[in-house]
Amino acid sequence: MNILVCIKQVPDMESKFNVNGEGSWYDSADLAWRMNEYDEYAVEQAVQLKEQAGGDLTVLCIGPERVKETMKKALAMGCDRGVHVADDDSFKKDPFSIASIIAEHAKVKSYDVIFTGMQSQDRGSAQVGVLAAETLGIPSVTTIVGFVFEGGKITVKRELEGGVKAVVKLPVPALVTCQLGLNTPRYPTLPNIMKAKKKEMLTVPVAELLKTSAVQETKTIYFPEKKGGGLILEGDIGELADKLIKILKDKTAVLA
Amino acid sequence: MQGGVYDLIAFANKVGAESAMFLVGSDGELPKYEGTVYLADVAACGEYNPDVHKQLLLEIIAKVKPDMVIFCHSSYGWDLAPRVANALKAGQVSEVVDFVDGLPVVPVCNSKLRRKVAVTTATTVLTLQAGAFSLADDPTGTPTVEKISAGGTGRIEFAGYEYAEKGGVDLTKAAVIVSAGRGIGKPENIAIVAGLAKALKGEYGASRPVVDAEWAEHNRQVGTTGQTVSPKLYVACGISGAIQHLAGMKKSEFIVAINTDKDAPIGEVADVLVVADLKQFIPVLTEKIEAM
Ligand SMILES: Cc1cc2nc3c(=O)[nH]c(=O)nc-3n(C[C@H](O)[C@H](O)[C@H](O)COP(=O)(O)OP(=O)(O)OC[C@H]3O[C@@H](n4cnc5c(N)ncnc54)[C@H](O)[C@@H]3O)c2cc1C
Repeated sequence: MNILVCIKQVPDMESKFNVNGEGSWYDSADLAWRMNEYDEYAVEQAVQLKEQAGGDLTVLCIGPERVKETMKKALAMGCDRGVHVADDDSFKKDPFSIASIIAEHAKVKSYDVIFTGMQSQDRGSAQVGVLAAETLGIPSVTTIVGFVFEGGKITVKRELEGGVKAVVKLPVPALVTCQLGLNTPRYPTLPNIMKAKKKEMLTVPVAELLKTSAVQETKTIYFPEKKGGGLILEGDIGELADKLIKILKDKTAVLA
Repeated sequence: MQGGVYDLIAFANKVGAESAMFLVGSDGELPKYEGTVYLADVAACGEYNPDVHKQLLLEIIAKVKPDMVIFCHSSYGWDLAPRVANALKAGQVSEVVDFVDGLPVVPVCNSKLRRKVAVTTATTVLTLQAGAFSLADDPTGTPTVEKISAGGTGRIEFAGYEYAEKGGVDLTKAAVIVSAGRGIGKPENIAIVAGLAKALKGEYGASRPVVDAEWAEHNRQVGTTGQTVSPKLYVACGISGAIQHLAGMKKSEFIVAINTDKDAPIGEVADVLVVADLKQFIPVLTEKIEAM
């Protein structure tokens, strides 16, 4: 079994964001970086599949030098090798370009199963996985919350709205995009972190894999206007509690 | 009728576009809409099959030749839209919340930022965030129906539905809901949130990560993939305010958020945002309420 998992490095969403000089993206300075949450489930499922079926598991990530830190976590979780597509401008690339890069890499590797997150936490397009699968001409299922590989076939649970799931079966090769709660991502252990340092990490310049051009561009990025008259309370905890109780008494009937 | 049909119509009205609709449904249940509905029979292709639905849609697109193809940003839309976009070599913009100067606007970083996007291809594909566009008046009209049918079966086989377990607490009946988010840090801290809920004679709820981690049962989850609630008071504790959570609680009469991040998007819907560590603040608050 030959498996690929595609991951993205994103800022911690609790960060204080600033707009970059061009007004085209958030400023990358002073941010704490981590693995896109949805991709953690993708990595875990890929590792579980490899443990079950044997074979080789590649983790691919597009971005500047710093994304290697996030790739090391994936290696420590159990991926066998890393492909770092070096691109300082990855933040500008649209979903179509990112998907094209992945497809260009994957088309000669004959992966049986490709895992991605269902979306990234920063851009949130929820397109890359599907676009890569369509480009490769393989079936794909989005937003999976259950994954079983048996008898050469994949059975997944696809999350719909209101707590309903669709059970679908598909042949390999296939691509699935992973949703929150698919599994419980493991914490890399210290010995595995040490082992990960010795694993292969291949760097490929993005120019080698990018054969398409963008189909969209960011015009501006900005902070939304603060709507509504929401009150912000800060300060000493005891006083905050008294203030809140007074508000609840005045504005709601729940403390009557 | 799946929700969202009228969001799509509202968007078409907003941009002043002529429109036609693709619908998988039945004759007996058509939307109020002045235009052509290309109707695929729900009995034949109601179960979503990406290959089949893509083919159906591409045939209609070839006929109608639209400038824009719009979907709801739902499990259906975000799955099908990129397939159609790819086939049309069209740029797709996802989860559109606004349309300004002829350009779609989308959220970035859990809604902390907004981005205005320009698509450079002849055709544009959009998915619309649920509720971002709505009709000002009740919908009217009777569509002209053109039936279409699907060929082929696709590579993905549908094997049935699974439904969430019913039973247990019914949050929709609670007058007060105090919800725990990932900010509670560890499962033991559910007790802090549940304690406040009890003091307020309400129920405790949870955001999705808390339910995914099995710190709370699924019937306590608030949001698009959980319950939609509108209590007299909703207290969001350590919840950032992702759109999928907001969709489940923003109609609450009064909303209090307790969060260490002053810029957390929950502030957008909260009547009061208390900037504090919930582990310190809630026990003090609960004690004061109990002493009343
Ligand atoms: C298709 C889809 C469906 C989804 N459905 C749902 C759904 O139904 N319901 C749902 O909730 N989510 C849903 N989600 C997930 C959603 O996008 C968010 O990931 C989720 O709501 C985040 O939960 P959270 O706010 O608890 O966690 P986080 O976003 O991690 O936020 C934690 C918050 O806690 C604050 N915090 C941290 N420590 C403290 C402290 N000590 N005191 C006070 N505050 C603190 C932080 O500042 C932060 O704002 C869905 C996602 C997708 C893609």
